Amino acid sequence: MGVVLSKRIIACLDVRDGQVVKGINFEGLKNAGDPAELARRYNRELIDELVILDVTATLERRRALADTIRAVARELFIPLTVGGGIRTEADAAAAVEAGADKVSLNTAAVSNPPLITTLAGRYGSQAVIVAIDAKRAPDTRRGGEHYSVYVRSGQTGADLDAVEWAREAEARGAGEILLTSIDRDGTKVGFDCEMTAAVSRAVSIPVIASGGAGTLEHFVHVFTTGQADAALAASIFHYAETSVLSLKEHLRAHGIPVRI
Amino acid sequence: MIALIDYGAGNLTSVKKALATIGADVFVPTTPEDLTRASGVIVPGVGHFDATRAIDAGWTAAILERLGEGRPLFGICLGMQWLFEGSDEAPDCPGLGVLGGRCYRLSPGERGPGNLKVPHVGWNALHLTNSASIIEAVPRGAQVYFTHSYVAPITGDTVAETEHGERFASIVQRGQVAGVQFHPEKSGEVGLTILRNFIEVAR
Repeated sequence: MGVVLSKRIIACLDVRDGQVVKGINFEGLKNAGDPAELARRYNRELIDELVILDVTATLERRRALADTIRAVARELFIPLTVGGGIRTEADAAAAVEAGADKVSLNTAAVSNPPLITTLAGRYGSQAVIVAIDAKRAPDTRRGGEHYSVYVRSGQTGADLDAVEWAREAEARGAGEILLTSIDRDGTKVGFDCEMTAAVSRAVSIPVIASGGAGTLEHFVHVFTTGQADAALAASIFHYAETSVLSLKEHLRAHGIPVRI
Repeated sequence: MIALIDYGAGNLTSVKKALATIGADVFVPTTPEDLTRASGVIVPGVGHFDATRAIDAGWTAAILERLGEGRPLFGICLGMQWLFEGSDEAPDCPGLGVLGGRCYRLSPGERGPGNLKVPHVGWNALHLTNSASIIEAVPRGAQVYFTHSYVAPITGDTVAETEHGERFASIVQRGQVAGVQFHPEKSGEVGLTILRNFIEVAR
């Protein structure tokens, strides 16, 4: 019997036009199937949470996204997060209305930080995730290397340090940090454990590590040296390379608490 | 008909959906008088204890009246904490007080291993410590989904405990009053089982 909080395994469904897609280094998307069907499979395999990320996020497709959220939420009774293109309180309300338990803010959190506080006030901090996409870069202010924040799907530098930005997001009311390594995204060479640990140590809210999962060992590393509270992956699960359950059994065998 | 109290603390969509899935007939009362139609009352909610102020004297009286008539009352998360006398989170805001004790902040850094985080977010185990109708058919060691920073004390009304640096009451029941600290609507089959157990007594 587990006596401590389990480390969470979260599957991310990158959705475009109602279909799950996945790219490498944020580019070159390919089709990976029907979101409701994938969600169903993951639920059977004891996934702990799901994230639906709208990777097109254009206005005319927002309605299609709400349909996708509803289809996934209909039969699942685990936490569901929706992100991608949430810019305003109304966008967040539409996602929550459709069945999202949490919304994930990325670009909008950087360009309009008070939105974090507004949404935390309306839905509670537990419903507000601040997603931080970062990559290693020379630290122009202090020298050496740091983790530089990017927005607009990794396209635009935000001139923020990921560790400092995570602290500020927490202070403004974020309930969790979803930290993605742009360097590692889709590469399957492993999570950026150093970056994850740096952010996890800096905040008291949970940190979800993302970007780079390729093997079962990568998850062991991110929960030990990376000090992650949860790990998110997409492609490793979508193409049935690894079942969620076999990953959890592997983690448990390595002394990491999981829900089985 | 199950009355689901909406006092503005969080979103009720998931709770409604879970109740609909298990076949419960649910309505959201707009005035305390609506509660006369309720065969059972659920107080959900997430967020700051201060939000429970919105359950004002009129609502409180109506809820207590239903309870006095033997209609069951169920609190979820903040709604469960409200069943107690109060919380350190909002010291001047009284709870309903049908359960004895005060809620307090988790501080695993002081009392447990130093690397535990607050809020306590995620799946954790239920340690069933008593028998009660609300935990009928809940398997030993089952895990459920939590998201909170404050907890209710372990008392004679505790029927399940959970550990996050320290043990706290994760399920309580005293007669027709029951509550859960976690989110049954987000806790898979185990959560639906607990909601079903409540619905059974609220028929």
